[in-house]
Amino acid sequence: MGDFLMPSLGADMEHGKIVEWLVKPGDYVHRGDLVAVVDTDKTVMDVESFQEGVVAELLVDVGETVPIGTPLARITQTPAEVGAPRHEAPAPPLPKAGTAGATTTGPAAAAAAKEAPPIAPPVRHLAHRLGVDTARIHGTGKGGAITRADVEHAVAATPSAGRVRSSPRARRLAAELGVDLSAVSGTGPEGAVTVADVQHAAAARPPEAAVPVAGVPAEETAPEAGAERTAPAEPAARREAPAPLREETAPAVPAAGKTAEARERVASLRRAIGTLMSRSKKTIPHYYLSTTLDLRAAVDWMQSVNAQRPVASRLVPSALLLKAAALAAKEVPEVNGFYDDDGGFRPSASVHLGVAVALRQGGLVAPAIHDADTLAVDVLMEQLRDLVSRARAGRLQRAEMADPTITVTNLGDLGVESVFGVIYPPQVAMVGFGRVMEQPWAQNGMLGVRPAVIATLSADHRVSDGLRGGRYLTRIDELLQKPEEL
Amino acid sequence: MNEQDARAAVEAAIGKVAPDVDLAEVDEDARLRQDLELDSLDFLRLVETIDMATGVDIPERDYPAVATVKGLISYLAAHG
Repeated sequence: MGDFLMPSLGADMEHGKIVEWLVKPGDYVHRGDLVAVVDTDKTVMDVESFQEGVVAELLVDVGETVPIGTPLARITQTPAEVGAPRHEAPAPPLPKAGTAGATTTGPAAAAAAKEAPPIAPPVRHLAHRLGVDTARIHGTGKGGAITRADVEHAVAATPSAGRVRSSPRARRLAAELGVDLSAVSGTGPEGAVTVADVQHAAAARPPEAAVPVAGVPAEETAPEAGAERTAPAEPAARREAPAPLREETAPAVPAAGKTAEARERVASLRRAIGTLMSRSKKTIPHYYLSTTLDLRAAVDWMQSVNAQRPVASRLVPSALLLKAAALAAKEVPEVNGFYDDDGGFRPSASVHLGVAVALRQGGLVAPAIHDADTLAVDVLMEQLRDLVSRARAGRLQRAEMADPTITVTNLGDLGVESVFGVIYPPQVAMVGFGRVMEQPWAQNGMLGVRPAVIATLSADHRVSDGLRGGRYLTRIDELLQKPEEL
Repeated sequence: MNEQDARAAVEAAIGKVAPDVDLAEVDEDARLRQDLELDSLDFLRLVETIDMATGVDIPERDYPAVATVKGLISYLAAHG
């Protein structure tokens, strides 16, 4: 038996609000499955489970804000460990939860549990796996208990044998893109529809249909609900759960309320940034270096590559700069890792490159591209686009926010020549790239014009000196001279 | 494509990439990067959105010509 706790989603986080439960009591979760959507002051994130087992009870209702470390749900390690039936809450009856939506998940599920017929954990697990709603089965076992045979019979009798297995993320994406899940052939385990399947399905449609309709919640939920209406055991609460989130951005919400909410969000993000940056400046002895990088080779290479490509797969200079920054961080470990007062510096074996993303409504977040040093430039570019769009849509995942080992700010993209960043504690370095611009360039007594960019490093003097910091920037420059090898 | 269609396509694409921008307030001379604050990824998405909607694929060498709202509309009108 273990508790699923409110995780720390960043050094500055003190509490979080449950926006949405992606599971309900009785669900079997694997390590890494997304369990809940949590709103920190900075962003809204999907949070995954660190344990495997059955969700026994949800302890915190949607809308509640609790400190980090607070138990959010009880997860029993194996089905056999589940206690008496009254603690096991099977799926709430469809009509009830379906009309009430996510906000009633906890209480509704608990209430439903008391009326539910007895069912042994392995049978319930089977029912869950096969997509059977146990609340709708008439038990033929002792005391009306549901048996394995009852579940199997229910599966055979179900008109919709084609229940759509899919992850919450895939469902959400399908809803966003207006993809009918039942029409997608799944390539995941047991034919589950994956995120990639949904993306392929969306891409395969005619362009005008593939364009996601922003902020039309009522119509938007229709295809999703339609697709899953054929799925008797699809948890109703889960199906309905994304709705409140979408409504945040919906035109149906009165404009005044929406504006106030957006303003409050910006204000709380501003406070969170202020707290974190104050702590950085109070505790980290920053030193600053800068150098001008010759980008002729990199820009020439990028332009020749882009000329052969459709716009969707074109590169931007940032992708090359990020890759070089990640590779160099691998080679100069003093800039890549965490510092804490007790243990001192802990270098990181991996390079999780934080990317500072400015949010259009104000503020910024710096989620990570994991193992950025190992990614091909094209893959990195793809992940960068995905990360930035999700950051701006407020759909980041826990790990992305929690574990960057070094962060890059690319403010030059919006015009400035150079930027000296403030280090995100407990990280020990911040890299800044300015605007890529044509500059007079003297070499071997000759003057020419080349694209160039000013790269800066803000680093923690408790961990490194200017010599190593300088080495880091020099390595970035050297790496960019052979862009085809990045 | 006539200028009216081009303008509609540009406005739709900007609305998608930068939904916070009030198009009624945007001057046609507005620069996409500096005035509308589109970064390079936003700009790429804008070009991609326009390509999907109109079939006009703006090559990278023509990016300087489409740096303003007006430039983008003229480009689409000429090439669409």
